[in-house]
Amino acid sequence: MKAATFEYVRPTHIDEVVSELARAGTDARIIAGGQSLVPMMAMRLVRPELLVDINHVSELTGIGKNNDSVCVRAATRQADAGRSEIIARVVPMLAAAVPFIGHNQTRNRGTIGGSLAHGDPTAEVLLVAMALGVTLDLRSEKGERSVNIKDFAVAPMETVMEEDECLVAARFQPAPTDLRVTAVVEEVAPRAGDYAILSVSAEIGLDLGGFCRHLRLGVSGATPVPFRPHMVEIALADSLLADDEVDDAVHLIDPVLDPESDVQASAAYRRRVAPGLLGRAIRTARDRAVVSLV
Amino acid sequence: MKRAVTLTINGEAISSEIEPRTTLVDFLREDVMLTGTHVGCEHGVCGACSVLLDGTPIRSCLLFAIQAEGHEVTTVEGLVEEDGSLGLLQDSFWETHAMQCGYCTPGMLIAAYGLLAESADPTEAEIREAISGNLCRCTGYVQIVDAVRLAAARMRQQ
Repeated sequence: MKAATFEYVRPTHIDEVVSELARAGTDARIIAGGQSLVPMMAMRLVRPELLVDINHVSELTGIGKNNDSVCVRAATRQADAGRSEIIARVVPMLAAAVPFIGHNQTRNRGTIGGSLAHGDPTAEVLLVAMALGVTLDLRSEKGERSVNIKDFAVAPMETVMEEDECLVAARFQPAPTDLRVTAVVEEVAPRAGDYAILSVSAEIGLDLGGFCRHLRLGVSGATPVPFRPHMVEIALADSLLADDEVDDAVHLIDPVLDPESDVQASAAYRRRVAPGLLGRAIRTARDRAVVSLV
Repeated sequence: MKRAVTLTINGEAISSEIEPRTTLVDFLREDVMLTGTHVGCEHGVCGACSVLLDGTPIRSCLLFAIQAEGHEVTTVEGLVEEDGSLGLLQDSFWETHAMQCGYCTPGMLIAAYGLLAESADPTEAEIREAISGNLCRCTGYVQIVDAVRLAAARMRQQ
């Protein structure tokens, strides 16, 4: 349970990060929070020759907002995202997800970008990114490119990032400010903070009449990577999100589900529970938004 | 190849030469001889190795010591009073008998310390959330929650 020998560099500028990656080729790994990478190194599942520590690159940390997007830089700590006023106000689904990411001690180190780049399909950050359709900015010595999350996380633990690329930031579209917006994350996990068996997320925006004018949903644990159920969003658009409407609409995901059985839960269990869990998240978000209307 | 590292541990500047693959917990226990921090699972699940990094709880098995360069680390040894007697939080664990084998205790103390630094009067749910990343296989957690509540009450009286 000890990592193998490696070289360690601590660049302070993004240019140095990508030149180190280009120099080392496939033998290098970026370390940000290290909350997934270090256990994998301890178990010798990965054995990088070079660790590029990005914790001292100031351009890779922080949260900013301009007119059309909220930019969460890759090495921003999960705990800092959870405390951010900007995130609470305009990316409420991410704020709702943070308490479900690991534990207090791991959120204090773990980063938003690290969670995405790692590609673990049970990661709550990936669920939220998928539901909100974030854009990821990648950088290598050859240049920059932007990739939508849907084209980024292609399979469990597999992303389209090249070995010489560094994730720079995730850009979120802000939630509308002229609606009552609430977000809820629901999870089934063996214990608080453990890897989720199933997790779902819902962000809704109600107008003054209580009609749903904004809906973003995510489902994780019942397909190889989390997905955004557009069909449910479309079915519930402009509705009052009445219980029976919600309960009917969530079953539109049934044909898409493709769960696997594992030691935690059977495929049948995941198939049965996923729509109900999604419905619960939508109804809870609706109830909270309605309370804030009166 | 060994590399130089300088950091502050319990208020004292420490310089040493280490391999980059040395975790912070191994460095604390084997190089600095601070064996109060326990090492359990070595992959971030059990919480026994929790320490404060610049005042916030982290797992010291998931941080390479070289990454702590320039940072301030507080271990369970740093929670004592100036005269070396038990600190208020430690004494509260003593008072409520919040341990049996004691293996998880340093990590529990660090997690609780992190909570009390942010919240003067935490609810039971908040205490349980704060220690949810720390496994105890003896106590059933009840006395640990009691200890944190007692410590919070004592701190408010001070």
